Amino acid sequence: MSTSHPVTAVRTYAAVFIALLVGTGLTVYIAYFDFGFLNTFVALTVAVTKATLVVWYFMGVRYNTPLTKVVVVAGFFWLLIMFGLGMSDYLTRPWMGVPGR
Amino acid sequence: MLYDTARHSYLDEPHGLAAWLLTRDHKRIAMLYVVSIAIFFAIGGLFALGVRLELLTPRGDLVSADTYNKLFTMHGVIMIFFFLIPSVPATLGNFLLPIMCGAKDLAFPRINLLSWYLYVIGGTLGIAVVALGGLDTGWTFYTPYSTASSTTNVTLAGMAAFIAGFSSILTGFNFIVTVHRMRAPGLTWFRLPLFVWAHYATSLVMILGTPVIAITLVLMMAERSLGLGIFDPRLGGDPVLFQHLFWFYSHPAVYIMILPGMGVISEMVAAVSRKQIFGYGFVAFSSLAIAILGFLVWGHHLFVSSQSIYAGLVFSIITMLVAVPSAVKTFNWTATMYKGSITWQSPTYWVIGFIGLFLIGGLTGLFLATMGLDIHLTDTYFVVAHFHYIMVGGAIMAFLGGLNFWWPKMTGRMYSDSLSKASAILVFVGFNLTFFPQFVLGYMGMPRRYYAYPEEWQVLNVMSTAGASVLGAGYTLMFCYLVYSLFNGAKAPANPWGAKGLEWEDTSSPPPTFNFDKDVIVTEPAYDYRPGSIRPGPEVTVG
Amino acid sequence: MADDTAAGIAHAHAHHPRQQHHFHSMDQQLEASILGMWVFLVTEIMFFGGLFLAYIVYRWMYPDAWIAGSNVLNVPLGALNTAVLICSSLTMALAVRAAQVGSRRGQIVNLILTILLGTTFLVVKYFEYAEKFHHGLVPGAFWNPVHELADGTLEPLHLPGGAQLFFSLYFIMTGIHAAHMVVGIGLMLVILAMAWKDMFSAEYYGPVEVSGLYWHFVDIVWIFLFPLLYLLGYHFGH
Repeated sequence: MSTSHPVTAVRTYAAVFIALLVGTGLTVYIAYFDFGFLNTFVALTVAVTKATLVVWYFMGVRYNTPLTKVVVVAGFFWLLIMFGLGMSDYLTRPWMGVPGR
Repeated sequence: MLYDTARHSYLDEPHGLAAWLLTRDHKRIAMLYVVSIAIFFAIGGLFALGVRLELLTPRGDLVSADTYNKLFTMHGVIMIFFFLIPSVPATLGNFLLPIMCGAKDLAFPRINLLSWYLYVIGGTLGIAVVALGGLDTGWTFYTPYSTASSTTNVTLAGMAAFIAGFSSILTGFNFIVTVHRMRAPGLTWFRLPLFVWAHYATSLVMILGTPVIAITLVLMMAERSLGLGIFDPRLGGDPVLFQHLFWFYSHPAVYIMILPGMGVISEMVAAVSRKQIFGYGFVAFSSLAIAILGFLVWGHHLFVSSQSIYAGLVFSIITMLVAVPSAVKTFNWTATMYKGSITWQSPTYWVIGFIGLFLIGGLTGLFLATMGLDIHLTDTYFVVAHFHYIMVGGAIMAFLGGLNFWWPKMTGRMYSDSLSKASAILVFVGFNLTFFPQFVLGYMGMPRRYYAYPEEWQVLNVMSTAGASVLGAGYTLMFCYLVYSLFNGAKAPANPWGAKGLEWEDTSSPPPTFNFDKDVIVTEPAYDYRPGSIRPGPEVTVG
Repeated sequence: MADDTAAGIAHAHAHHPRQQHHFHSMDQQLEASILGMWVFLVTEIMFFGGLFLAYIVYRWMYPDAWIAGSNVLNVPLGALNTAVLICSSLTMALAVRAAQVGSRRGQIVNLILTILLGTTFLVVKYFEYAEKFHHGLVPGAFWNPVHELADGTLEPLHLPGGAQLFFSLYFIMTGIHAAHMVVGIGLMLVILAMAWKDMFSAEYYGPVEVSGLYWHFVDIVWIFLFPLLYLLGYHFGH
């Protein structure tokens, strides 16, 4: 019969939808303000929150198996590996005064 | 519950070309791959022959410099993208993984077929590149030469590799879902054959790495064909960024090429030793460790680019670490053979050949991981020898050994054991003769990708080319006796080697279309070689 | 035996007509499909990830060019497109839900809305691109940045070094995203055709679910692209 996937209420979807729109407005609004070096961090925090809402509710990951959840996290984690180790080159190049910045 | 009272072989039913080209049967798709991969192996080998013939003499007198650039480039592109990366997973993996999981097929059979078609399309584009004048950028496509200067078919080659990559992704994704979701009852993770663990780890690498080369090739093609410069120094771009993106995949890619072979060797070692694999858990987890650590080391290809030395330090240390799980496997295989009941049939020869050659290849990797030494050895024949020891001495030997080992299962035919042993010996001897001199040449400073060299190195180069002929003879011999066996070989029993495993004990040679007579329920650990525990397996009764 | 064929014996036990032979239950089939689609989406994460790495590297190298380039982009249109995609994610989720509860009408309405919203996104993108072309902001041979003054005349726009990299990445990132949208719309048309034929139910809605996963993913990519491309220099004004 039907799988263990419960049907999400329309109300829940609507609430997430509103939250996403609010988040979008928020991210545009706060772009007007200068938080200095925190600018990117703030913008990304909003984006990550919105993405999490989409993944958890719209994509239904909250009802998925632990394995699926691991797959989701692993994907984003692997990105961080690529960014982190990749940037380790660029960030440390100035340490030795190497030309090419 | 019985599926079929009369056992048809998957080879016989259903008949006809369309039934093969539109099949969803993982075993038929595996055989389609065997044929197409063999073709690309031959083409790649011809390019290697061209390279080695030129290098018989110190001067560049056989071909022009431009042509030589194309020869080694096409050799690399075809061997890596169209032979090595699909080799074991698409043939032996496709054939055996579902059977080893006790399943009737992979999770997504039609996507499996799609992966073969994508491979063929990519391969056809690759042949088109050859026909239209080749590619001369090196298989590494480094910018700015590939994007701004090369006059050869860079974009077409990029498309070919891109499409072949998609084929690889589809194979990997199929394997992951199959292993997670389609194991038979009782088949827990730690009862799985190590072949499955190895292919699972390989699939992780395929999924996480291949998309990055895909986007890298897209960026390269966009820069070359659309002028959207990303790596162009004139616009402020960094060519080394291309190298970062390229090697983020291409280093893990070498683990795609070797891990499945290691899975094959694990199976063969247990079978020829008639013994439980020593340290099963360690070998299983070492596959995962190699897959994961393999993603953290790509910068060792960039030691002499303008990559920061501090980043280089990190990459160097982690590269040394990634050797550890490989060493664990090698120790464990050896420990398995120690006090095992070894029979001197042909699989044993292939196994021993692999362990010896992989050992040398792996150890020489440590030389290259050491940044200070790599400065001198990079772009020399030392590197060429190192990776050929692993990829040819290791991966290809494992692939061919596995093909020999499972040939009776896949085709229902036995081949000449003595010819197989002869082939293994020819390959081993020819291989060492080809590539050991290259370590010496590299140490003495001979650069790679050069078609001319100082006179005093000619002896070693001639040895290398002679070795290549012996190697080629070994491969050709193998091709001949295997094809001969299809027509004149003795009918194979279900379990010719007396091995443990679902593919040997629970299905015929060749298996029926849905693999098993009845639902599989697993109660034993893997490699449970107790006296009297090896079952002979069912026979094909029809066809 | 009356029916000796393998197929006959294998299907002797009752199972859903849409259950493929190698699965032993609809549940296993659905779980495999969802896991499979997520594994595929991981490849998409890494695919776009390479572009984001290039973005990070060059933004770190050329911060002024990034701010100046971002300033040129049309924030209202970008924000509108973000809202459009969020709406389409809502309608997509509702379409999957409609399939789960067996509402054919719900599926059709929501799938059509999703397709329309996706198309709107692409139309807006087209206008944005046209504006860039018109203002000479395409890197390469046609790079000739200009901006419009109040009276409509075009005046050269001086952008810091590295600006062509920004715009190369802008076009490639949004272009590949748009290509994924096109594929998504194609997928939705196929699902719509299947929904029209009332193929889905509480027991069988896998294709809608996994197509929805793909669609939401493409939305998530835009959720990151929008602030990173459009909102960098906004607080500095024009």
